[in-house]
Amino acid sequence: MTMADTKTMSNTTTVATTGFQPLGFSPARFWLMVATTLAVIVAPFVLYPIFLMKIYCFIIFAIAYNLLLGYTGLMSFGHAAFWGMGAYLTAYSAANWGFGFEMALLMGTVTGAVLGLIFGWVAIRRTGLYFAMITLALAQMVYFICLQAPFTGGEDGVQGVPRGTFLGILDLRNDWTLYWLVGAILLAIIILSNRVVHSPFGQVLRAIRNNPNRAKSLGYNVDRYKLYAFVMSAALSGFAGGLKAIIFQIATLTDVSTIASTEAVLITLVGGIGTIFGPVVGSMIVLSLEHYLAPYGPWVMFTQGIVFVFFVLVFRKGLLGEIQDYFKTKL
Amino acid sequence: MDFNMNLILGQMVLGLVNGVFYAILSLGLSVIFGLLGVINFAHGVFFMLGAFAAYMLGELFGIGYWPALLLVPLIIGALGLVVEVTLIRSLYKLDHLYGLLLTMGLAFAIEGLIRITFGPQGLPYNIPDSLRGAINLGFMFLPYYRAWVVVAGIILCVTVWLVIERTPLGAKLRAATDNPQMVQAFGINVPVMLTLTYAAGVALAGIGGVMAAPIMSVDPAMGTNIVIVVFAVVVIGGMGSIFGSILTGLALGLLEGFTKAVFAEASSTVIFVVMVIVLIARPRGLFGKMA
Amino acid sequence: MLDISKLDAWYGESHVLHGLDMQVPEGKVVSLLGRNGAGKTTTMRTIMGLMGKVRGTLAYNGADLLKMRPDQVARKGIALCPEDRAIFPSLSVHENLMLPPIIAKGGMSVDHIYELFPNIKERATSRGTQLSGGEQQMLAIARILRTGAKFLLLDEPTEGLAPVIVQQISRTLSEIKEMGYTILLVEQNAHFVQGIADVHYLIENGNIVDRLEASEFEKNIAKVDKLLGL
Repeated sequence: MTMADTKTMSNTTTVATTGFQPLGFSPARFWLMVATTLAVIVAPFVLYPIFLMKIYCFIIFAIAYNLLLGYTGLMSFGHAAFWGMGAYLTAYSAANWGFGFEMALLMGTVTGAVLGLIFGWVAIRRTGLYFAMITLALAQMVYFICLQAPFTGGEDGVQGVPRGTFLGILDLRNDWTLYWLVGAILLAIIILSNRVVHSPFGQVLRAIRNNPNRAKSLGYNVDRYKLYAFVMSAALSGFAGGLKAIIFQIATLTDVSTIASTEAVLITLVGGIGTIFGPVVGSMIVLSLEHYLAPYGPWVMFTQGIVFVFFVLVFRKGLLGEIQDYFKTKL
Repeated sequence: MDFNMNLILGQMVLGLVNGVFYAILSLGLSVIFGLLGVINFAHGVFFMLGAFAAYMLGELFGIGYWPALLLVPLIIGALGLVVEVTLIRSLYKLDHLYGLLLTMGLAFAIEGLIRITFGPQGLPYNIPDSLRGAINLGFMFLPYYRAWVVVAGIILCVTVWLVIERTPLGAKLRAATDNPQMVQAFGINVPVMLTLTYAAGVALAGIGGVMAAPIMSVDPAMGTNIVIVVFAVVVIGGMGSIFGSILTGLALGLLEGFTKAVFAEASSTVIFVVMVIVLIARPRGLFGKMA
Repeated sequence: MLDISKLDAWYGESHVLHGLDMQVPEGKVVSLLGRNGAGKTTTMRTIMGLMGKVRGTLAYNGADLLKMRPDQVARKGIALCPEDRAIFPSLSVHENLMLPPIIAKGGMSVDHIYELFPNIKERATSRGTQLSGGEQQMLAIARILRTGAKFLLLDEPTEGLAPVIVQQISRTLSEIKEMGYTILLVEQNAHFVQGIADVHYLIENGNIVDRLEASEFEKNIAKVDKLLGL
């Protein structure tokens, strides 16, 4: 007998699927997608494109994180390693090896994937809390290596990252051009994430999340699926980090620090673990909060802590998670 | 690589000092996890608060190091009691990871608050007069204060171990870790035991903070910096083994010191490397009881 | 005396006990017989306060047990010897014995207990779980004799034990009964309870289906066997 019942952390609501599945979305999600698209189109006329692009990168990062936490049931505390190293490798290859936009991003993605494979292979041996602690420790190790390695530029970071061009045509030095590209990438990734979650692969992941032993008894190689999910999550995180590095034209130590890892966790928690649009909502809120508190220094950390505590105690399922439950529909 | 014997021994002795802090903190973390099922990310922050409490006692009331050693654990313990009752208690029925999330949030909130109040820089705390000076060990001059930390720290850890493993009170704790429902069915108020255990665990961290103050300077970041290393220590030692936590903490401190002397660049990562190796070779940790 | 009336209990969403009615008079041995899943252990746990949602009347010597936490129930003088014995692996045999606190006067002394259970005395310093099944059962019973509890809940004490050990336990229970303890004995072994219980309750699907005095038991043995699925 144990003191606590282990309940799945994800929001599990069941809803009958209707026939109408535009782009693979359920009706509720379709409208959320429409809303998000409209927001992407309209937002830059209201807020700074650079600020928005930062949010979008974090949305992609959170989508990657949510794939692992919300849909596979694995809580990693070391995702900064993938995001940050993706940022570093994208930045470095673009700045020093002459990689173009596409190649540099590919570099970041592959870096994330490879690192994810290594981390995953070590960490998957344990589950739950141990898994979280191990990923945290591994990421810390990466941080310390980056702190000392010459190629990261230490405290200065990797600077002078060129924006480059997209497909040789679009000049990405123009913030607006870049914005439309990044916005399109974001929307594509949301659609993609929805498809992955509802694919047979995604269904196996959810089976593993809900009851790993049952999945195993059904014949699935649970560890291997976990590793796939982990690598996918890491690769997408690396992509997101790389994108951010190109937008801001710099990669720094903050990107591989625990701060970035906990950012991903916080965003996912606030938005709603195990929801498709949770990362969108979560990023908007968390990043805006940080942006407006930034001038007040340590208040950012304090507020993040309070938000964490509040959401764990009261809004455990995150904003979309709670709304999802209330309206009995999946978001 | 540099194999200067004096340097190596010297760094290892200093590493042992760090090891004592790892042992004290991993001990508390392990006991709290074993009984409450909560990974107390806030453990580092209570360590930091211990140091700040010592600092404040000195600044505001002129209370020195020795009385602080007795008062601070009471203060931190009281704080821990409040935290367990108000925040952590509601999480026992949930997935264990919520405990980690909550305590992480708590750690950020508290560290943020300290930073807001005191600023980001470290504050000085003086070595008590009675422990000033150093002893010549031949290969190094060992400050009396650090020798004190090692001796007192080890005695503290061994005492806690003895209480847990060899007394009826400790038997209740161990039994409740095995099967809390049954222990309660025998007439022991287990919820109260949980609260007191959390309070005692973080009070231990607080004592560590007082002992660390003269060495590490009183710094808001000292909690989060050390807690991740302590996690690695616990993974290596194996959760559930008090003896494992103590031994592993001390050993890793020594290893860190050795590495600093021989291959300085790796000293901050060596513990994590050991963790990876142990995870591959023996996933449940060196002394771990649970699979 | 334990008085149960219209007791309902739920395990999560499932309704596991339906309007149970039972009395356990002081100094008597009462058996609760039924198959696996009939609700025997659930009844024990409900008395001890270990169940979630409960409704009805559950009183011991006038005190309302339904509102109490398990430790409060224990301190009323009730002790549980659970089905899985619940020997604590992290404790030695002696520590296991000494763990339950003394909740009333009149419990057996440690010396007396070691006299009654000599094979436990031999293994006093071993880890609790290093004992054989029979020895663990003895230890589980011995534990609750020390506390001063007068009402013992014994959940399938003979399960999985060799006939020789079962006889030993039967003898031990007779001795305990002589000392004036009140016992609620949950079992699947009809033969075992026949010799020792004063009253038998038959339980099926969370309902009490019959109540037999000791004298009526032999006559109704066919009914009992059917209930137990034999």
